[in-house]
Amino acid sequence: MIDERPPLVTFLLRIADDNLVLAQRLGELISWMPELEEDIAIANLSLDHLGQATAFLGYAAELTGTSDADQLAMTRNEREFLNSVMVERPNGDFGQTMARQFFVDAYQAPFYRALADSADERIAGVAAKAEKESRYHLEYSSSWLTRLGDGTEESHRRMQAGIDQMWPFVDDLFATDDIEIQLRVDGIAPELVDVRRSFDETVTNVFASARLSVPADPYQRLGGRRGFHSEHLGPLLAEMQSLYRAMPGVSW
Amino acid sequence: MNSTRVDLVELRAEIGEIPDPEVPVLTIADLGILRSVEESPEGIVVTITPTYSGCPAMHHIEQEVLGVLAAHHVEGVVAMAFSPAWSTDWMTDVGREKLGAYGIAPPRPLETSISIRQVKISCPQCSSTDTELINRFGSTACKSLRRCLDCLEPFDHFKEF
Repeated sequence: MIDERPPLVTFLLRIADDNLVLAQRLGELISWMPELEEDIAIANLSLDHLGQATAFLGYAAELTGTSDADQLAMTRNEREFLNSVMVERPNGDFGQTMARQFFVDAYQAPFYRALADSADERIAGVAAKAEKESRYHLEYSSSWLTRLGDGTEESHRRMQAGIDQMWPFVDDLFATDDIEIQLRVDGIAPELVDVRRSFDETVTNVFASARLSVPADPYQRLGGRRGFHSEHLGPLLAEMQSLYRAMPGVSW
Repeated sequence: MNSTRVDLVELRAEIGEIPDPEVPVLTIADLGILRSVEESPEGIVVTITPTYSGCPAMHHIEQEVLGVLAAHHVEGVVAMAFSPAWSTDWMTDVGREKLGAYGIAPPRPLETSISIRQVKISCPQCSSTDTELINRFGSTACKSLRRCLDCLEPFDHFKEF
């Protein structure tokens, strides 16, 4: 189980699983977006997240002696996934999808920036690349928050509803525990205080121009990083893993 | 390992000619993703770097590189280097010219004292600088979609990254 893993593997899986699960969620939307341009955009976002997941899973696979990234992605059970509960939230309407994307982007951009200075060179290299990608994602999601939040009465109502839906899962993006302490001492994992400060600044600035507000309800749902997920992750994994589980090791 | 001596400079030149599968007008040398071709005790090590983490072309390029090595009867491996991260500034001037002639607006330089926003993107058809962004994302991870406001043609822009 989780506690038997080397801390570095746990750390890598937390990053990888955020990206893998989000890539799968975004993939569900391909061919269903309201406009062709957004369909292409969502596929590109999904591909970037999948690429990031593959890089971190590949490293984790080497450390654990697992055969490869595919096996880690396709044979772990729900409780072994360490993604934040944010990324498993269902797509909902476009406002909810963009709210989720914005929160993830606003977290990942400064997170990867800090991770690019990691003492682990391999992690630093992947993070340096991923940072550029997530900054670009953030431009995209921010522009939609502004356009919808500062748009018509109806678009504002639905964008704010999307924010309200996703807000209770924000803190779980930053959730950490003792497993990562030594990694931080060793300079492998970043300090999250600065990452959170940058996230808060982004939220304040974008919400101001988008006329959106932070929900008053302080409730936050935690646990994803320790494998405690919502009811939404299981069905997602069942769909994602069904082919591989039916035909282990399959490739095409 | 095979004892055949290979000229690393020639080998590098040949590997560098491998076309990018998504933008075939560019070679991997033009793109700047071929890092090094070196000899090691285990054979030739060809180091390439991904443009985007999820770029589906990387696997294809890896196979092409191994094909070139096989043609020379040398053993070798392809190594993937993430750091330092690839940037469009690594694209050669020849590559930029080829892109423009192919109908894709080349990336503007990132390492410049003036803000990148102030450098206009020209239409590859009519050279007008009066163009607008249609979509930040395009047909491949490395491109965005724009439109020329003079000749009205839509075109791809190899985005700065």
